[in-house]
Amino acid sequence: MTEASTARVYGLHAAVVAVLFALNFLLPDYHHGLFARILVLATFAMGYNLLFGYAGLLSLGHAMFFAAGLYGSGLAITYLGFGVPAAFIAGLVCGALLALVVGLLALRTSGVAFMIVTMMFAQALLLTIVYFNQWTGGDQGLVLQQASRIVTIGNASVDLTVPTVRYVAALVLFAVVLFATLAIVRSRFGRVLVAIRENEERTRMLGYDTFANKLAAIVLSGVFCAAAGAAYALLFGYVGSNFASVQYSILPLLWVLAGGAATTLGPLIGTLFIYYVTDIASSYTSAWLLIVGVALILLVLFAPKGILGAVRKRWIRWLP
Amino acid sequence: MTQPLLTTSGLSRDFGGLRAVDNADFSLMPGEIRAIIGPNGAGKTTFVGLVCGRILPSSGTINFVGADITTLPAYRRVRLGIAYTFQVTSVFANLSAYDNVALSVQRTLTDGRSRGAVRTGAMKALEQVGLADRAGTPAGQLAYGHQRLLEVAMGLALQPRLLILDEPTQGLSDGEIEGFVALIREIARDATVLIIEHNMPVVMQLAHRITVFDVGRIIAEGDPAEIRANAQVQEAYLGAAHG
Repeated sequence: MTEASTARVYGLHAAVVAVLFALNFLLPDYHHGLFARILVLATFAMGYNLLFGYAGLLSLGHAMFFAAGLYGSGLAITYLGFGVPAAFIAGLVCGALLALVVGLLALRTSGVAFMIVTMMFAQALLLTIVYFNQWTGGDQGLVLQQASRIVTIGNASVDLTVPTVRYVAALVLFAVVLFATLAIVRSRFGRVLVAIRENEERTRMLGYDTFANKLAAIVLSGVFCAAAGAAYALLFGYVGSNFASVQYSILPLLWVLAGGAATTLGPLIGTLFIYYVTDIASSYTSAWLLIVGVALILLVLFAPKGILGAVRKRWIRWLP
Repeated sequence: MTQPLLTTSGLSRDFGGLRAVDNADFSLMPGEIRAIIGPNGAGKTTFVGLVCGRILPSSGTINFVGADITTLPAYRRVRLGIAYTFQVTSVFANLSAYDNVALSVQRTLTDGRSRGAVRTGAMKALEQVGLADRAGTPAGQLAYGHQRLLEVAMGLALQPRLLILDEPTQGLSDGEIEGFVALIREIARDATVLIIEHNMPVVMQLAHRITVFDVGRIIAEGDPAEIRANAQVQEAYLGAAHG
């Protein structure tokens, strides 16, 4: 609220981005690749967090927004010969339109019905993708050729398949969405979203059109998730229908819950945590799901508000 | 003759077979403090719910400053200047007192891109109810009486033309009630106040006029002296209360 805390909050977020940038030069190859992927998926989680954490709307169909970005850009490159920037924008537009339509329909419901309706739309998209397999590649997916993933600006060209470039591009996307989220949640609009989460009826009686505000939140969330999806296609060169499956609707929920819902940095922490627990566990045993399950139970028992939620509650009250 | 601020005609609302509000013809002049009294279940809360749009009427019309608002959604009515404070305290418990009021203030700022405007408005409303020093406290951690005051501050910060208070003194101590009465008098200098209240001394002190509900109908209306003398009212309500 005060000038000092504004500086502190932005300073902290800038420091996180700076550390992630430094890791580009420090991480060994394997972890470097993992981190690039995690940064993109954490962006997906941030998009989810905006709707779930701040506006309090639990969607079980967010894979559709990730997939909209993924296929929007992937298909545009494959069939329309779009360049990288145009393909990225095509992905964003697909995500925004899908979120607008789904929002208009799904927001007529709330609570459990909202979860079911969003899940249903996501399933419908998945089935559509599989149905049109002659274009989408069905569950085999599409591979984007290296040549189509090079950005040329004037005489310079940037090859997104080079690990360092890929890492930095993922970090730029992550940083943009991180600061956008931060600006949103500290804005008047963000305050209204939290108010809707806390007590929608009261918010309406303060003169707010809660439907319009929730719709705006879904569209923003959809655009962030689609940005992650589009970036995934462009950076990793693979567009597959498993990204539209239920699993990818549940994962962002899991990442956000683990890291701390309604915290700006929680999605990053949660994605890192779950990704590494899964990765380490699966290198020791085939029963890695058991270990992930135990880790989640411990988290629910000892930090029900997620890792950063617990940190905010006990130590750092000013965390946004 | 000045125009009434609010009029309802033939306003009714059924819940299944129960007629909670029955054919209410009501009008309120600008600047008034009007109390609505009546036994439990008389339809008072339903009636103000119809006025502010939380409930839609089964029949009848509602006019506010000359415009028909019968079918207008609640949030649009708030924007026209009808503010409602809840009977059951419903502040945003996890938000600070400041944020609670800021939500009201930021909505009323039409030109307000200036950063300081929200802060100024919010602090002014908090000062008016005496909660300025609690601005940073989460609303859920405030004492009950302070939560009621915060609820009023949220209503005030909307800069309403009509402020509807639903049993604002319920659960307050005598000392707090005294402060409340003074606060409402001050509010009434800028806004018309419609107050549902069970506490008779408060009603008699504050109200310019009183409307009495019983089983969904308006059975009497008049100034405090008239209501006190009304035999029908005594039978329906005061009789029971004053023995």
